[in-house]
Amino acid sequence: MKPTLHRRDVVKTLLRDRKDLLVVAGLGSTAWDITAAGDSPLSFPTWGAMGQAAMIGLGLALAQPARRVLVVTGDGEMLMGLGALATIGVQRPPNLAVVVIDNERYGETGMQATHTAHGVDLAAVAKACGIRKSVEVRKVTEVKSLQKAIHSGAGPLFAAVKVIDEKLPLVLPPHDGVLLKTRFRRALLGDSADVLPEEL
Amino acid sequence: MPPDAWPAEVHRELAAAGVRIVGYVPDAGHKRLIELCHADEAMRVVPLTTEEEGIGLAAGAWLGGEKSVLLMQSSGVGNLVNVLGMVKVCRFPLLMIVTMRGEQGEFNPWQVPMGEALARVLETMGVAVRQAGEARSVAAHVRAALRLAYQAQGAEAVLIAQRVIGIKSFQEQANQ
Repeated sequence: MKPTLHRRDVVKTLLRDRKDLLVVAGLGSTAWDITAAGDSPLSFPTWGAMGQAAMIGLGLALAQPARRVLVVTGDGEMLMGLGALATIGVQRPPNLAVVVIDNERYGETGMQATHTAHGVDLAAVAKACGIRKSVEVRKVTEVKSLQKAIHSGAGPLFAAVKVIDEKLPLVLPPHDGVLLKTRFRRALLGDSADVLPEEL
Repeated sequence: MPPDAWPAEVHRELAAAGVRIVGYVPDAGHKRLIELCHADEAMRVVPLTTEEEGIGLAAGAWLGGEKSVLLMQSSGVGNLVNVLGMVKVCRFPLLMIVTMRGEQGEFNPWQVPMGEALARVLETMGVAVRQAGEARSVAAHVRAALRLAYQAQGAEAVLIAQRVIGIKSFQEQANQ
């Protein structure tokens, strides 16, 4: 069954009316996708650290239990850090959702096939790791339900969204790591983000 | 001070500094400190499948406003190299407490290469290294590293020498 969903439409739908949702994106295409949907100080697009997007999301979800956290990453990035799904399956943070935009390709390096092109089923892996709400998504109606679940359902939640393997124009977020970190912390924590911790 | 008091002292330093998230890949040398952190209701303890996950965890925790610490053994530091680039480029605060293998008393030759290269690897990737060579100095090094990490946005590693931990054979480790 060939995918019919377009990745930019999927991510735009997931981030529609995002309110105070905290967003982490894996490097490459998913960082461009969240930026195409509208950059925000409450987005942390990565430009490296491949394999760590889900773990950044876990750290954030544990630190901010009252906020919703969404990780948007690619199949290649998720495959590099599969152990993170086991770690999340043990912690089970109710406020974390991990969505893999799965085009079955390494999109930045020449569209080579990833393991998901050969049958590796990331939603099944996530479920086997203890993330009970793990789904594969192929239809527009399912994307809409996923958007609702991210904003209001009890997590943790995992979704592999099968998308067309298209090359799209780059929409680049800011690349300075200190800027990305600082704008995120200021938007989330207010003035206290700039104050020395008083315990030290 | 008895030589086995350092884990309790380190736990006190972490608690006093408001460390709330503890990521670890276990090492025999960290056994007591891991138990103390698990017993502390103010700390969320996160076992990891690989040390690399701890860097993502620490970065996410700081984005969310919480301090964290990572516990690992020296061989695991070899799993971190690329992701330390994110720590450097974003200036994420980072505190790692690393128990040494491949030093005095090592019984497994496969632990030696990473142990020997460890300090150079960390420094090459921008992590400051503090060598805690004696049990009584461990907590003071951790206190200093906490300040540099969270007041100066530094990446800090405290290396606890193998002679502090004092495991000499597979059998002694199995008996822990």
